[in-house]
Amino acid sequence: MNPTNTTDPDYFHKVVDCQWACPAHTPVPEYIRLIAQGKYTEAYMVNRHSNVFPGILGRVCDRPCEPACRRTRVEDEPVAICRLKRVAADHRDEDISALLPKKPAKTNGKKIALVGAGPASLTVANDLAPLGYECTIFEALERPGGLMISNIPSFRLPATVLDEEIGYITDLGVEIKYNHPIASMKALLDEDYDAVFVGSGAPKGKDLQLPGRDEAAANIHIGIDWLESVAFEHTDKIGKQVLIIGVGNTAMDCCRSSLRLGADTVKVMARKPRAFFKASPWELEDAEEENVEIVVNHSPKSFVVENGKLTGMVFEKMEYELDESGAITSQKSAGDVTIPCDDVILAIGQENAFPWIERDIGLEFDKWDVPSVDKDTFQSNRDGVFFGGDAAFGPLNIIWAVEHGHQAAISIHKYCEGTDVTDRLAAGLNLVTAKIGVNEWQFSNDYDPSDRRQMEHVELTERFRKLDTEVELGFAPEQIATEVQRCLNCDVHTVFEAPLCIECDACIDICPVDCLTITVNGDEDDLRTRLTTDADNLEQALYVSDPLKETARVMVKDEDVCVHCGLCAERCPTAAWDMQYGVIHIPLVEDEVTAAQVAKGVAAE
Amino acid sequence: MTSIRKPLIDKHLRRNDLGLTVRDYEGVMSTLCAGCGHDSVTAAITRAFFELSIEPHRAAKISGIGCSSKTTAYFVGQSHGINAVHGRMPSVATGAAAANGDLYYIGVSGDGDSLSIGLGQFCHAIRRNVNMLYIIENNGVYGLTKGQFSASADIGTKPKKGAANEQTPIDPVKLALTLGASFVARSFSGDKKQLVPLIQAGLKHKGFALIDVISPCVTFNDHVGSTKSYAHTYEYFHPVIHADYVASKETITAEYENGAAMDVELHDGSVVRLRKTEEDYDPRDRGAAFDYITRHDGKGEIVTGLLHLDEDRPDMRDMNKLPKAPLNRLPFEGLCPGAGALADLQKDYA
Ligand SMILES: Cc1cc2nc3c(=O)[nH]c(=O)nc-3n(C[C@H](O)[C@H](O)[C@H](O)COP(=O)(O)OP(=O)(O)OC[C@H]3O[C@@H](n4cnc5c(N)ncnc54)[C@H](O)[C@@H]3O)c2cc1C
Ligand SMILES: Cc1ncc(C[n+]2csc(CCOP(=O)(O)OP(=O)(O)O)c2C)c(N)n1
Ligand code: SF4
Ligand code: SF4
Ligand code: SF4
Ligand SMILES: [Mg+2]
Repeated sequence: MNPTNTTDPDYFHKVVDCQWACPAHTPVPEYIRLIAQGKYTEAYMVNRHSNVFPGILGRVCDRPCEPACRRTRVEDEPVAICRLKRVAADHRDEDISALLPKKPAKTNGKKIALVGAGPASLTVANDLAPLGYECTIFEALERPGGLMISNIPSFRLPATVLDEEIGYITDLGVEIKYNHPIASMKALLDEDYDAVFVGSGAPKGKDLQLPGRDEAAANIHIGIDWLESVAFEHTDKIGKQVLIIGVGNTAMDCCRSSLRLGADTVKVMARKPRAFFKASPWELEDAEEENVEIVVNHSPKSFVVENGKLTGMVFEKMEYELDESGAITSQKSAGDVTIPCDDVILAIGQENAFPWIERDIGLEFDKWDVPSVDKDTFQSNRDGVFFGGDAAFGPLNIIWAVEHGHQAAISIHKYCEGTDVTDRLAAGLNLVTAKIGVNEWQFSNDYDPSDRRQMEHVELTERFRKLDTEVELGFAPEQIATEVQRCLNCDVHTVFEAPLCIECDACIDICPVDCLTITVNGDEDDLRTRLTTDADNLEQALYVSDPLKETARVMVKDEDVCVHCGLCAERCPTAAWDMQYGVIHIPLVEDEVTAAQVAKGVAAE
Repeated sequence: MTSIRKPLIDKHLRRNDLGLTVRDYEGVMSTLCAGCGHDSVTAAITRAFFELSIEPHRAAKISGIGCSSKTTAYFVGQSHGINAVHGRMPSVATGAAAANGDLYYIGVSGDGDSLSIGLGQFCHAIRRNVNMLYIIENNGVYGLTKGQFSASADIGTKPKKGAANEQTPIDPVKLALTLGASFVARSFSGDKKQLVPLIQAGLKHKGFALIDVISPCVTFNDHVGSTKSYAHTYEYFHPVIHADYVASKETITAEYENGAAMDVELHDGSVVRLRKTEEDYDPRDRGAAFDYITRHDGKGEIVTGLLHLDEDRPDMRDMNKLPKAPLNRLPFEGLCPGAGALADLQKDYA
């Protein structure tokens, strides 16, 4: 293999599994270290810079970082990254106004219209308003937040947290026009805006057309619409026996909300076995803790209506055969069953819908009626119209909506400046040694074998009394102290200087996970057969050095297995290994502005 | 030494026949200098005991004084051990081996410990063919006392400060060959592929097994001009015989090509497979081995591998017709026949 190019910012970024997996690339180990030092406000601000809504995401983020977490290679459970984000939000200073971006003294005269007050539009406004852009958000509903307020139940995400973090954005002078659905894109484009951002989400819940659907309509609800009417207190009760169709995250919110509105028995009906569920494991756990029954292998067939009223549903019981990889190879029916119920909630998916965008204004839609949107710039085929969040590529989650917002803000700025939207700053990397003395590091390098801390919940009896009692209590001080130590500091990198190595083997002997090998070079497949141990994840790179002085062999480090304990660097007599902080710089629109100013300054000189 | 103990992370660790991982064969944390060859030898010993699936309590570790002698604390923690007086490891090992033939004896010594103060003891342990593995971690200096030349320092080798050595070195390998040692090997702390199987074979060999391991002192003898540095050893390293340890005859496959390999069966039925990397080298011929090493000494080459093996010599316990069972398991009457028996014996000399 060729020697690894560690100056490519992506190389070390990828080693920080959580940060790499986070759509907004939140520097996770960095904020965990700040929490460990009791610097909660700093930890909050580091989060806010990347993901805008730490208090919200610290509760309900989809947390793609956790399954990626390196900790799972050495034990079963990842670091509770999301919970620690909430810790930063819970314990930060109450008043952080001095640290927040400011409403500019005067605007730059550019007007941006944003459709929908969900996380995508809010992020665009958050990034553009401090630069002087006049941002106006049009929202169909009476409150801001999009699905975060209308669909995510308040027992998971309290309204106070939403209000506070959205307030930081409206404080920048962002105007939100409530109860203001945009009915015509054409009309909006005719108005005096320099750019339009569409953050209207994927607002259409899928229906299930089965026999009896129309007769029983009064007791059949579309999940996302029903959750919205619960959130806005238009619905405050439901029947005693409720069936939820589907096992995604929406289903989990529907079943738990039903329990709080008076249901006695709630069954979530799944067509397939558990391995095929779409819901996050923790959402399933939380529902099951509340005694929701999850019924597998039941395929809905028809609604049973008696005297014009829904009384049950017929399901076909399914039997599946799976192959070794777990894929279904065949299925057969094992007869029908009828399950009685008073209400059915359909939670089988969401779609984009743009009834308000005329199809004759030059905006391209593909065959699924989804607008054509560029994956990097978020620009549509029509100049000055940008999409982001669920509206861009279909339903995702909050953290993706935020990342889309950051990127769209860069594009909108470039568009308004008349510069090339595709000419964007690349990510950067700054490496600084973490060494402060002989075998002394700026990070706690010892491995803490503690298990993941478990979140405490409000008592079952207590939590159903009110719809908005937050179930999760947050981490107690002892839990915080332990959980932060479980982080492996993956952003403190092992950096190798081949000319210094005397091939003494000391680093290889001390490495607790057999990460290192000195061997004859070869291609990757060949090298992997000769490493001290095997990788779990072949996506992680092999770090291959220049040829070593004595034997012309190479030092190979498998980035997959390293636990960043720094022992190689401690054992190395020549400091050929060093532990270095890698600060990964992910550019936001403010950086584009600074870079342009610097470039201009240089040109003027 | 490191600031923290090597953490135990065993999710991916292989287990041996006893269900133990290699980490179960470690000892306390090393306090040696970072990069010391001795720590690598410790890692090799740890690995060899693990691969052999030896129950830790069946190992006995004996050492003298020196950085090298300290290392018995760093491997196979759950075992027996004595850290003896400087240079006296061989006699303590001899006594222990006489009392109990049931244990795996491993002595770890230094070039100072074995070739200066302990030279006489070392020679006599070889003559007696004590059943033990005797490792000399050879760095050419007294590391523990801050780097004075030892008896293995080569002529012309330079210290960090001061004059080069002019006295002739003692080579433990050649010394052992002349004394009739039945297993004589040399290796390098930086080459575990060679060292680990040698340690395995040495532990299984019945009789005295010597491995002279070049193990650089990174602090006092790893500079330019030293003949015991990492750089010098890499440059002049000259392997002639590679030994592989094969646990039992059944598992032996014909993966070695063209007769260059030779199997030697050990007393417990396991096999040492010798592979020549040098055509005209015969590890069974003591005299030829001596000549070969001497010739290559002249070129400054460090001849390594299992240089001589003789499985047919009786060990100390055979020569002295000692009972199979450890002394502490013999009935008291057998151990101490009493005054009457003594008187009878003395009659023979009257
Ligand atoms: C039940 C449920 C639970 C979820 N739970 C989670 C979770 O726990 N974690 C997570 O990360 N994600 C979750 N999601 C997904 C997440 O909420 C969305 O991916 C995210 O909110 C999308 O953000 P957005 O800004 O693109 O759009 P949205 O949040 O959908 O906001 C769009 C806004 O636009 C408004 N709007 C639409 N059309 C118009 C129009 N024509 N004029 C004016 N306004 C308009 C809507 O009223 C809405 O307020 C959940 C989704 C659902 C349905
Ligand atoms: C009887 C006695 N004499 C002298 C000493 C001082 N002393 C301690 S270690 C040592 C030499 C150790 O050299 P070596 O065996 O090569 O070990 P190294 O430290 O090099 O591994 C000496 C002379 C002593 N401890 N005891
Ligand atoms: S930091 Fe060094 S010693 Fe620690 S796991 Fe990584 S490679 Fe091994
Ligand atoms: S400890 Fe340092 S000098 Fe020794 S092999 Fe490792 S990197 Fe090279
Ligand atoms: S002084 Fe030399 S022999 Fe002793 S521990 Fe340090 S490097 Fe090893
Ligand atoms: Mg020495």
